[in-house]
Amino acid sequence: MSTEQSAAVKEPSMLQQKEMIAEHFRELSRTGETKKKVVYTFVPGNLTELLLAFDVLPVHPEINALQSAMRQKAGAYIGEAERIGHSEDVCTYVKCDIGMKRLGNVGPTGEVLPKPDLLLLSYTGCFTFMKWFELLRQEYDCPVVMLHTPYQGDGEITPTMTQYMVEQIRQQVIPALEKLTGKSFDEERLRELMRLSARAEDDMVAVLESAKHKPSPIDAYFGGVYYIGPMFTAFRGTQGAVDYYAQLRRECNQRIAAGEGPITPEGTSPKERFRLIVEGPPNWTHFREFWKMFHDEGAVVVASTYTKVGGTYDLGFRHDPTNPLESLAQYCMGCYTNRNLPQRLDMIVKYADEYSADGLLINSVKSCNSFSAGQLMLLREFERRTGKPGGFIETDLVDARYFSAANVKNRIESYLQMIVQKRTAGAASVDLAAAASLVRSLPVINQGGAA
Amino acid sequence: MDSVDQYVARADALYHDVSYRSVAEWKTRTGKKAAGHLPVYAPREIIDAAGMLPVAMHGAGDQVEIIRGDAYFQSYICQLPRSTIELAMSGRLDDIDAFLFPSTCDVIRNLSGMWKMLFPKKFVRYLDLPQNFDRKVAGRFWAGELRHLYADLCALNGTTPSDDALRLSLARFSANRRAVASLMALRASEPWRAPAAEAYLIIRAGDVMPVEEHTAFIEGYLAAAQGADRPMRDYTRVVVTGAFCEQPPLELIRTLERAGCYLVWDDFTVGARFLEGDVSLAGDPIEALAQAFLNQSVKNACVYEPDGKKGEWLVNTVRDTRADGVVFAAPSFCDPALLEQPMLVTALERAGIPHTSFKYAENLGQFQVIREQAGTFSDGLRLWSNA
Amino acid sequence: MKAWIGIDLGSTTTKAIFLDEQGKELGRGITNSRSSYDLASRIAQDEGRLAARFTLLDRELRADDELATHSDKVRGQLLHRFRRDQEVVQLEALRELVAEECRSPRVAAIAKPLEERATGIVDSLITAEKKPALPLAGKAAKTSDFFRDRAASGFGRLAEEQSDASVKFADLLGVFDKAILRVENTPFELSFDTRIRSAIREVARTLPDSVRDRCIAAVERAAAIPLDEVRVIGTGYGRARLPFPKENIRSEILCHGLGAHAQFPGTRTVLDIGGQDTKAIQVDDAGIVTGFQMNDRCAAGCGRYLGYIADEMSLGIHELGPLAQQSERNVRITSTCTVFAGAELRDRLANGQRREDILAGLHRAVILRAMALLARSGGVLDEFTFTGGVANNPAAVDALMQLVEENYGKRTLNISAGSIFTGALGAALFALRADAAQA
Repeated sequence: MSTEQSAAVKEPSMLQQKEMIAEHFRELSRTGETKKKVVYTFVPGNLTELLLAFDVLPVHPEINALQSAMRQKAGAYIGEAERIGHSEDVCTYVKCDIGMKRLGNVGPTGEVLPKPDLLLLSYTGCFTFMKWFELLRQEYDCPVVMLHTPYQGDGEITPTMTQYMVEQIRQQVIPALEKLTGKSFDEERLRELMRLSARAEDDMVAVLESAKHKPSPIDAYFGGVYYIGPMFTAFRGTQGAVDYYAQLRRECNQRIAAGEGPITPEGTSPKERFRLIVEGPPNWTHFREFWKMFHDEGAVVVASTYTKVGGTYDLGFRHDPTNPLESLAQYCMGCYTNRNLPQRLDMIVKYADEYSADGLLINSVKSCNSFSAGQLMLLREFERRTGKPGGFIETDLVDARYFSAANVKNRIESYLQMIVQKRTAGAASVDLAAAASLVRSLPVINQGGAA
Repeated sequence: MDSVDQYVARADALYHDVSYRSVAEWKTRTGKKAAGHLPVYAPREIIDAAGMLPVAMHGAGDQVEIIRGDAYFQSYICQLPRSTIELAMSGRLDDIDAFLFPSTCDVIRNLSGMWKMLFPKKFVRYLDLPQNFDRKVAGRFWAGELRHLYADLCALNGTTPSDDALRLSLARFSANRRAVASLMALRASEPWRAPAAEAYLIIRAGDVMPVEEHTAFIEGYLAAAQGADRPMRDYTRVVVTGAFCEQPPLELIRTLERAGCYLVWDDFTVGARFLEGDVSLAGDPIEALAQAFLNQSVKNACVYEPDGKKGEWLVNTVRDTRADGVVFAAPSFCDPALLEQPMLVTALERAGIPHTSFKYAENLGQFQVIREQAGTFSDGLRLWSNA
Repeated sequence: MKAWIGIDLGSTTTKAIFLDEQGKELGRGITNSRSSYDLASRIAQDEGRLAARFTLLDRELRADDELATHSDKVRGQLLHRFRRDQEVVQLEALRELVAEECRSPRVAAIAKPLEERATGIVDSLITAEKKPALPLAGKAAKTSDFFRDRAASGFGRLAEEQSDASVKFADLLGVFDKAILRVENTPFELSFDTRIRSAIREVARTLPDSVRDRCIAAVERAAAIPLDEVRVIGTGYGRARLPFPKENIRSEILCHGLGAHAQFPGTRTVLDIGGQDTKAIQVDDAGIVTGFQMNDRCAAGCGRYLGYIADEMSLGIHELGPLAQQSERNVRITSTCTVFAGAELRDRLANGQRREDILAGLHRAVILRAMALLARSGGVLDEFTFTGGVANNPAAVDALMQLVEENYGKRTLNISAGSIFTGALGAALFALRADAAQA
């Protein structure tokens, strides 16, 4: 998510984010001296405000894995994990992380990451998370706190679910953090952090929704993964995040005023020719190449589901300081992959309308069954409900072996050409029909082989 | 008393009945409804207490050609959800009125949402088994979920919820688990008396039989098997793990035994014995069932293991059953089994227990490679123990 | 004469189609895709151009009622001569390169006898080719579109006869293999104009006096028509490697959809099973693609899978289908994994299963994969058109018909013998349409 973007144009927000991340990793590298505690946890359903209220430093293994992929290290890490017995069939984030740990645990900034003092297993929307931390527990021999986030199986959050979450946070997560840090829980501090979260969340939603403009000033998928970076990781609840999102929002507004499209690594976008919704996480090993395939065709992603894995703020959720633990519980349960398939479909269908999208493109990643199982049905139902075309490509998160550039490009091109053909269908159908009727006269042998 | 062959023939017929005709007959006979559930664990007591027939669904094995099912899943997703959809789309599940999807993995979880969209007229429920094993916190949550499920199933079936009905069901399933445990014990002590594939079929018959009938069925088989004259062979003794959800084809189980391995323990049908021992009949029965899950359930890759002693149960199982080694048999693309495996391997290696592994799919059609692998493993173990 | 051209650069073969202003086909060409996509597309285009020339010639002859009665004969003889000349030019090049290969240090020990025999064999092929009625390559020549196959068949047969202890069969074949690769990678374009003028004078001798001069004049007129190649549109697997501007490249999905519609206007669903991929395409009543699905990265269920099987059984790819049709009982194959195909096959054969039955099971497995893609793309609507190399396989067609009927009910199934040209035809129509839209 938050890696250095080698953009032709650097906006202040990009530099700001870069500095935030650098500072975070500097802090991580200094824990030997500062004695700050380190908690590994996952992006979906993360309790960042609570962790910050205890002054502990979060590390997100998924982010490390995707960073490794962007730095072209994932292949070696995955290879190492498979060498020690991990199946080729399973999630490559896990294997990348395990491999990285085995090969020295060097983080994205080139410094060795500190070991976890606690694994906060925020088990939200992904079965693999559970196994992942069981594996890390075996690697690090450190305590684990399980926060089981109930899934919205019936498309709703019931009081039983919320109570379960709040009790886990109050009776298990908070005591574990108190024990870890020797500090007692300061609810006022948590409220203050959540107040800041909500402010940044307002600005982030404004940024994501700016894509409703034509042309869209942002790319809500490839660009989107940068925009969600601070919010989804270690910075929600900080003044830094508030400042970052305020700046980002200003930049978006400026681009809207100037009628400009998104900034991409290739520079500013060409004319917006396609407005797409993308479902599924990106591929990280060929992130830039992947983005360029869209860029080259003038395809802009106006809404994506991946940017909702760490919270569905655009559906109205805000961290609520008046009810902190309930609010944290609601936040976790609302994350995208914790929603059932009908809810996910409703979201995408809503985006199609609100963002005036041309269609839905699904990037189906082999690693992630939480996202992928059922996507073919989402595709069909989306087409049925909106009448807009769907496209399907298959890649992986961080395993380059599952990214066939020619294949992906072929499908994206075919999909976009299909959209063009549909747009111009009315005008073209007449002369095509005429041409076709003539072509029929050419020698077609063995016509109607069977009926 | 029936002969072993008669028991096996009946179980075999039920196993091959992928159209669930026996369920339809039961419904006609009783006028009640049936509730199916996917692997691994579902609180079948609740279904039974609601007066419904609990049906454990395990895909279609190698018996159905997959055409519609493949349209819903990418190639990197396991076989079980494809065949389950195939069965439903071909009308073979029409007699099942309610579908429960336990939180076994993300594929089964998402299948619950697909089911809601595909079959809007059916009762569909996702069962979020607690992954937190705190008695109080998780106990309250899970008891609440069970209560909610019980009320809804009673409403669907037109029955009145009652603690007495629940207690009766708890007792019936406790008795059933005792019978299953006896059969497992026979497999561990004298595996030649109940060949693996046979014992498997006998337990699988409980997928569709009413529970008290199944208990009697197992007991009858056990009596017949103990009386049958079957030669003991010089086979090695292995524990098989990883096959708790999508099932291995029957021929694969036979292949392992033919290759010289007695399967003294396996997790093929672990769903039928997920709770260990009897569930308490004292106090509130829903609470008792919820607490049984938190305190008496087996270790399995699809649930979180809070104590951090990963693999200890497997090492103990190997010792308890006097097994010579472990065979990891996991369905291709099975997240729980395949992510669990390296941790179990670590535990086995620490304990000096030999192991081998392969993957399968429920519709696997050729067993040559597995036969050779299991044979080599078995020969190796024998040489080892002789040395 | 204006022409619009479509080129489909597939993984196995490259096809070209020429259309005239009315969308009527002028000609088509096909060649095997080599390592050089550029060359493959050039050769296919040359072939197509030649065919277009003959179409124009035919039109000119038919414009005259009396000449029309002779047109088939004249055209046939001219084409035969032209093909023969083409063959001879290539054989001569082959002779030269074979000789060169015989001088390689690798075969120094037998250089002299090897060269004598190898060039002798090619000489016999040339002599036979020059004989008016009976081409030496015999039946094999007619079964293959490619010079490579024809030459290999003729050379192989003679080499077998002429090899002995001093010059082995393998030695002869060795130099041939090296030389033919080089011949293949050299383009041969024969000037249509000059050759046709001399050829028509010979052919016209057999015509009645009353039409002879008019016939020569008509052919000369046709030869003089300038062929203005207005636009070339490329498609197919290797399209990104074609030396075309981006706006002249179309996805093969769109081209297959439109091409199938052109061949069978009632088409609503298209299934294309080619060497590397399988596509299920839905089109509307104007041939516009409304949805599509392609196989994932694994090649299971594509033509290539059947290729592996053929290799494994030492059979020709065209023999698989007819053999499978002789199956008497069902063998269910669940894995279409190319990696395991060989092992599974040997296992089954070792278990005593009949080759025919296994093959039938394999064909069904391939079609089952296609059925899944069809279902994903929106099902099988009426009419249903099957294209690609596998559409020529009768066992695959049988399995498809059966499964479609079982799952979707009766459908009109269209298969054209020219189905391999579907993509190129679609591309050519796009070329025509691009200029029609501008006009």
